[in-house]
Amino acid sequence: MVTTIHEPPTIELDRLPSHGSHNGGWRNLVPADGDLRRVKDHAPHPASTGIWVALASITMTFAAFTSALVVRQGGAQDWRHFTLPSVLYFNTLVIIASSITLEVARRRIAAFMGGAKSRAESPARWLYITLFLGLLFVAGQTYAWVQLKAQGFGLATNVSYSFFYVLTVAHALHLLGGLGGLVRVIGKLNHSVLRRTTLDATSRYWHFMGVLWVYLLFLLWMKL
Amino acid sequence: MHDMSAHAVQHGAPTSFIRKHVFSTDHKVIGKQYYALALLAALVGMALSWIMRIHLGWGNFAIPGLHLLSSTGAPGNVLTPEYYLQLMTMHGTIMVFFVLTTAPFAAFGNFFLPIQTGAEDMPFPHFNMMSFWVTFVGFLVLVASFFVGDGPTLGGWTQYAPLSAIGSVGGPGEGMGVILWATSIGIFCIGQLLGSLNFITTTLDMRCKGMSLMRLPLTAWAWFITSVMGLTAFAVLMPACILLILDHVAGTSFFVASNLVINDQVLPHSGGSTLLWQHLFWFFGHPEVYIAIVPGLGIVSHVLITNMRRPMLSHRVLIYSMAALAALSYMVYGHHMFVSGMNPVSSLVFSFPTLVITIPSTIVVLIWLGSLYGSKLRINSASLFALGFVSMFISGGVSGFFLAQPSIDIMLHATYFVVGHFHLVMGVAAMFGIFAGTYFWFPKMTGRMMNETLGKVHFIMSFIGAYCIFMPFHYLGIAGNVRRYQAFTDDYLIPLIPVHKFITIAALFTGFAQLIFVYNLIYSRFKGAPAPDNPWEGTSLEWSTATPPPHNNFGDKMPVVYHDPYQYSVEGASTDFVMQTSPEKLNNPKEEQ
Repeated sequence: MVTTIHEPPTIELDRLPSHGSHNGGWRNLVPADGDLRRVKDHAPHPASTGIWVALASITMTFAAFTSALVVRQGGAQDWRHFTLPSVLYFNTLVIIASSITLEVARRRIAAFMGGAKSRAESPARWLYITLFLGLLFVAGQTYAWVQLKAQGFGLATNVSYSFFYVLTVAHALHLLGGLGGLVRVIGKLNHSVLRRTTLDATSRYWHFMGVLWVYLLFLLWMKL
Repeated sequence: MHDMSAHAVQHGAPTSFIRKHVFSTDHKVIGKQYYALALLAALVGMALSWIMRIHLGWGNFAIPGLHLLSSTGAPGNVLTPEYYLQLMTMHGTIMVFFVLTTAPFAAFGNFFLPIQTGAEDMPFPHFNMMSFWVTFVGFLVLVASFFVGDGPTLGGWTQYAPLSAIGSVGGPGEGMGVILWATSIGIFCIGQLLGSLNFITTTLDMRCKGMSLMRLPLTAWAWFITSVMGLTAFAVLMPACILLILDHVAGTSFFVASNLVINDQVLPHSGGSTLLWQHLFWFFGHPEVYIAIVPGLGIVSHVLITNMRRPMLSHRVLIYSMAALAALSYMVYGHHMFVSGMNPVSSLVFSFPTLVITIPSTIVVLIWLGSLYGSKLRINSASLFALGFVSMFISGGVSGFFLAQPSIDIMLHATYFVVGHFHLVMGVAAMFGIFAGTYFWFPKMTGRMMNETLGKVHFIMSFIGAYCIFMPFHYLGIAGNVRRYQAFTDDYLIPLIPVHKFITIAALFTGFAQLIFVYNLIYSRFKGAPAPDNPWEGTSLEWSTATPPPHNNFGDKMPVVYHDPYQYSVEGASTDFVMQTSPEKLNNPKEEQ
């Protein structure tokens, strides 16, 4: 067995990267002359990449639900069509509005971080509005479930109702995660420790929830 | 500096026992926790296989103490037919999820991916901690099914509907046992999704200075590719488990057809699609096969290169082949459903990419063989198991050619031929990859060397034993021996019983070899010779830090990478290996730079 003890190579101090700037970049090679100061950090931040990765995973989950719906409906003799509760259309407007208010909040906070404090005395205001709209959406969805249940249409009434409940509840649970993110952003903003990447990642997640809902509404409207 | 990375970079070494060893956010501790879980799960899975094999060889043999596991499932210490199926299901589930996925991907990947990329930790350490503990809870839920109601589910690790969805009327364990199974696997999926999130972001965003993507070692590439597969595959299995649970607890009809009569009872479900479960399951299930094996491809390549003292014939082609395997793995899942009643045209559609996927597999094997040809391989436990992996991967892969063709699969389907195929190519090969990784990285993980003599004995016994078990499976399959039978009473099966007895003896022999490994592991952990920082004279970043690595992986000096990962035997270099961190200028035209 080889037992050579290898000494780590000596690295000159002036060639040492600043501690913690660990971004390697997509193709971050050391230049031929070995001058590391010419190497640029241009890798995306982990939170930025991470949110896209999470969204890809959520997309796959809902793609699986969608394909299950399509396959199950395809050969079904027992599929019962029904009219969607009208409150869902109101909820759609609410979630679209929440995306708009969040975008306003994001821009105002960016301006606030950039020093233009006169433009936004309370940068969290639009976040609170977004939070309210998010809660209103969840309340609206709950109303739709209660309404259907009161009419005697439960999870097991027919598989079309099963898919309705599964898809809308799965979306609502993911949306609650987004609400948690918004609360976290507001908390960080109030303590002046909010990072731009946290805000951007939360915004992307929230907008995705809106797009996902519009897609689900279209799917449910088409198939149910 | 950004907030999340600041979190990853600046968290100091914990001092309390709980934060240091139990609820730790250190990727290295999490990697070891995953390894310990996989080891525990492997021992449980192996014990189950022993019980099954003894039953198959000598059906009336009373195994002392077996009734303690289940008084109804093993009255008089002999398995009932149903309990045999329950143990078989648990063996498959535990091995596929909690060993083959957990050890090569989650355990080694957690420990070494951040180090090989030059990061101080993963970017979301709390998610990482959750990933392990969620997986651990999943394991406990699965094991709990042994002790709840009438035992674990008997539906096989694939849990085909409608049996899996009809409840306790389907047999022992088909009620609460299935619910616990689906809950366990659903939880497991969450854990792997959190892990994949960390693996992908670590690879893309946390690399140190100079570490371009092509400078990542093959192991890092393998874990990265696997995490992309995991992200998409587990995200599909989780909703499938949710729908299965709903069929049980909420009375929905996703998977159970109308007017199904079981045990003289008409089930209340209507119109469910039994094939739907298979579609959802195998869309996950086939990538899962590659989730189990691709980390092994990386580990074996890494170990072989270090011991050959020269790089593979083509670093890039190996990476592209692994990526091609991953991409194709989503297009072939229907080959598990050739006889499910699918449209024959669909079978053809799935057969074609199944044959195509043999191309990147063959390229990988040819690169290994071509690189090994003429090399002066250093023989040690790690390199032996790497060679064993190559052998098993080829042997198991060849039978895949036959099964890929629907016309042949119709005959071989659900026979021991299939069992032999996947055990060799996915089970034993992946286990050999885990062993190669263990013998190779144990010094870095624990600071101590493993016993090489015991390691070589372990290899020889495992290599011979595995072939003695699984090669006869192919013969049994061709002879028409159906899988999942707990006894062989038909005229055409009775002559095959001696083969089963031989296999049982081989299984006990091979299992005994694994106990040698466990002894070696535990003994070396406490009494092994102290390990130097770079015992194998490797070049990648894990060998340029202390043994075992400090809390932030690299101490005061962040690594800077100057070279491709495998600079061995470079002409004009001062030693036969040039580490990635070495500023030494090389005149190597093959370097990416």
